[in-house]
Amino acid sequence: MTHLEQLEAESIHIIREVAAEFENPVMLYSIGKDSSVMLHLAQKAFYPAKPPFPLMHVDTTWKFREMIEFRDRMAQECGFDLLIHTNEEGARQGVSPFTHGSALYTDIMKTEGLKQALDKYKFDAAFGGARRDEEKSRAKERIFSFRTETHRWDPKNQRPELWNIYNAKVKKGESIRAFPLSNWTELDIWQYIYLEQIPIVPLYYSQVRPVVERDGMLIMVDDDRLKLLPGEEVQMKSVRFRTLGCYPLTGAVESEAATLPEIIQEMLLTRTSERQGRLIDHDQAGSMEKKKQEGYF
Amino acid sequence: MVHQSDLIEHDIHAYLKAQEEKSMLRFITCGSVDDGKSTLIGRLLWDSKLVFEDQLAALEVDSKRVGTQGEEIDYALLLDGLQAEREQGITIDVAYRFFSTDKRKFIVADTPGHEQYTRNMVTGASTADVAIILIDARKGVLTQTKRHSYLASLVGIKKIVVAINKMDLVDYGQARYEEICTQYGELAQDLGFEEITYIPISALKGDNIIATTSQTLMLETNMPWYDGPALLTYLENVELGDRATTRPFRMRVQWVNRPNLDFRGFCGTIASGQCRPGDCVVVPSSGLQSKISRIVTMDGDLGIASAGQSVTLTLEDEIDISRGDMLTVPEQRPEFADQFEAKIVWLHEDALLPGRSYLLKAGSAVTPAQISALKHKVNVNTLQFEPGKTLEMNEVGVCNIALDRAIAFDAYVDNRHTGNFILIDRFTNATVGAGMINFALRRATNIHWQAVEVDKQARAEIKKQQPKVLWFTGLSGAGKSTLANLVEQKLHSLGKHTYLLDGDNVRHGLNRDLGFTDADRVENIRRIAETSKLFVDAGIIVLTAFISPFRSERAMAREILEPGEFIEIFVDTPLAVCEQRDPKGLYKKARSGELKNFTGIDSAYESPENPEIVINGAERSAEELAGKIVMELFG
Ligand SMILES: Nc1nc2c(ncn2[C@@H]2O[C@H](COP(=O)(O)OP(=O)(O)O)[C@@H](O)[C@H]2O)c(=O)[nH]1
Ligand SMILES: [Mg+2]
Repeated sequence: MTHLEQLEAESIHIIREVAAEFENPVMLYSIGKDSSVMLHLAQKAFYPAKPPFPLMHVDTTWKFREMIEFRDRMAQECGFDLLIHTNEEGARQGVSPFTHGSALYTDIMKTEGLKQALDKYKFDAAFGGARRDEEKSRAKERIFSFRTETHRWDPKNQRPELWNIYNAKVKKGESIRAFPLSNWTELDIWQYIYLEQIPIVPLYYSQVRPVVERDGMLIMVDDDRLKLLPGEEVQMKSVRFRTLGCYPLTGAVESEAATLPEIIQEMLLTRTSERQGRLIDHDQAGSMEKKKQEGYF
Repeated sequence: MVHQSDLIEHDIHAYLKAQEEKSMLRFITCGSVDDGKSTLIGRLLWDSKLVFEDQLAALEVDSKRVGTQGEEIDYALLLDGLQAEREQGITIDVAYRFFSTDKRKFIVADTPGHEQYTRNMVTGASTADVAIILIDARKGVLTQTKRHSYLASLVGIKKIVVAINKMDLVDYGQARYEEICTQYGELAQDLGFEEITYIPISALKGDNIIATTSQTLMLETNMPWYDGPALLTYLENVELGDRATTRPFRMRVQWVNRPNLDFRGFCGTIASGQCRPGDCVVVPSSGLQSKISRIVTMDGDLGIASAGQSVTLTLEDEIDISRGDMLTVPEQRPEFADQFEAKIVWLHEDALLPGRSYLLKAGSAVTPAQISALKHKVNVNTLQFEPGKTLEMNEVGVCNIALDRAIAFDAYVDNRHTGNFILIDRFTNATVGAGMINFALRRATNIHWQAVEVDKQARAEIKKQQPKVLWFTGLSGAGKSTLANLVEQKLHSLGKHTYLLDGDNVRHGLNRDLGFTDADRVENIRRIAETSKLFVDAGIIVLTAFISPFRSERAMAREILEPGEFIEIFVDTPLAVCEQRDPKGLYKKARSGELKNFTGIDSAYESPENPEIVINGAERSAEELAGKIVMELFG
């Protein structure tokens, strides 16, 4: 078997195991490329049946418009049940990346929103598309990652994971985050998307887009909620995104890569890791580890 | 450079095409603290261009802040992930790292070398194909080296690289290298490795890590005396020898896929062997066989599937298969047993307790299980057997295990994927143990179920008896109930499964709606006969104690049963005796006309013509008569 065939088989094994062991699993759908691969693998795992769990998107209300369009189209085309949850309290209070800063905003709209949704639907397992190669603290993450009743992750108290046997036992209120893409790298993901022709949000491809330069990043002006600061001006640049999140927090890279091979080529020839485009990781050293402990993915 | 930068730049399509052929290798690095594991892996990541510029920037900052290399880059910091452990300067858990070359993708389990971390090493090694045992050239073979090698062999790793590190600190000396090789060779003698490769390296300086041109040409190298492969060259080329594929077909069912009534697919990952449509498969737990009709995937049906693939199989016959069952080839079946001996590595602070019930999970099969005996512990440093009553965290023991129900498995040495299990604490849900099965125990071995329909015979066989109806017939007061009761007691004490149908338990329930007219008496007996037949079908010995006065109904009862099953016992007690006994005062009422249709008085009793047994209830004691019946029938 080739490495992609092996990765695919292992992911399918994990997805089936979760479906079989838990009463009420959900697949978290972030609309990014990893989510697209995860969705594709879920379809493969249960073909010709539909996956026996819904998709859930935690909508911070600050996603790129193209992401939302893509999400709704995919849900319709694949016939998935799509649940959308927003932290209404946060939205009512007008929490935004501009007013509250990236750390607090992420905590309220993303981490809290996710916990609310998990509590509301009483999910006992949630699939996430995180990879171990993304960030140092994730390299030690289990494939079945245990979360307490308050959704906390305790890096010192994780269940050892041997072979491909996963311990799925949880008490009422506790849950498991399952990461079927744990052993994939960014390059594996792109190669697989290329090979399997998996649809992805067009924002990954270069196009001339309106951007402003802010804090050393190129931020796309996706709607009129982005207010220009003194000295800033909107520029039209050929840009694309290596990672997708909330538009005010996601930096674009200047690029001409308009096809998958070109994207892969660009990725291999530049040596900047993908999470750099995300503001939240840079807040403090080891910040991802802190966020994970609090329940962020 | 490890990646073909030229190809990437000038012909990305050709590059992508080549990437599709890449294979995957998992390995672990084991060594004691400071042997250089993190440095080695950091360098492999670095040399294979897996370190990005922003990570490098962070690495430079971190190196100065907490690094051990002064102003130089400390590659180990690429690895040592969590904040807490970075500050302590140690690796505290298993971390997985990824890098790739043009030939292979690698997954490295970085496992720490502390005394108390056997569990982490076993965890990391459980999925590895190759183990790199690091030895500090200055220190040579240590106790820990032995432990790491034993644990690698315990989890079934067959290929070992002994990386003799820090050669720069022993002046790249050949003699020292050879001395260590000899030491290690002795240590590994009994560990069952198939291949041991010795490579002298400097993780810090980069010697023999990747093959550089000058090294290939043996120019300007620090160790001209070494003509073996560089570490990465070895890892890129080591034969993965798909042994799993050549073994007998095994697949544990993970999920039964039923999108509609016409499709029933069995999903799972093939643990070993291959399968094709048309192949016979058997379910060891039931003995049921069928043939594979399709191998279904979203990309179309497959003509063949092999170990490692996650597939969905449909079968030609509708046989009962559920999650946890194993599909295997009929010719080479796995063990199917509820007891086995296994090696157990204990992973939890709460010690193993023989006799406590744990959940055992073997693939998708889950069942409660107990450690019935801890035979001995294995000292992982000396490999000596030691007696013990419990296993503490990081201890290894050989145990007998009894399961609540039998499961299919193979010995771990024969099949890593069907010979393993984990133990889960039923109260805390923690993963407390990891097990590798040695062999099935006693009676449990190799009793493979015949594909039997569960029918009358099967039910009877399990009860070790011939089902029958002992049909007691005779006048009221003849002693039918008394005799039937005594006979049932005697049969029960012989271990027979019986059931007594009597006026009491039938008239008040099933036949509550019936009176004593002739029509009702007929219906009464018909229902009793049919009920008896069901019990016989269930494998039970039925006793009935009813007057059943009419020949035709008794004949009907005889007919609906199979020859030999209907035993008519005529309790032939003279009317005068019955009337004299009159236990319920019924004869008196009948004589006085208060009671109509009473058998023997104003309703006929038709004596049997050819009863199997005739008893004169007046002749001897009921006890003796009952003994006589049992002797006659079950001698
Ligand atoms: N001179 C020399 N030092 C090394 C070599 N490999 C590792 N070290 C040093 O040994 C120390 C421990 O290394 P580290 O990789 O953290 O060991 P680990 O505990 O096995 O992960 C560090 O100071 C390294 O720089 C080597 O080949 N030569
Ligand atoms: Mg280390």
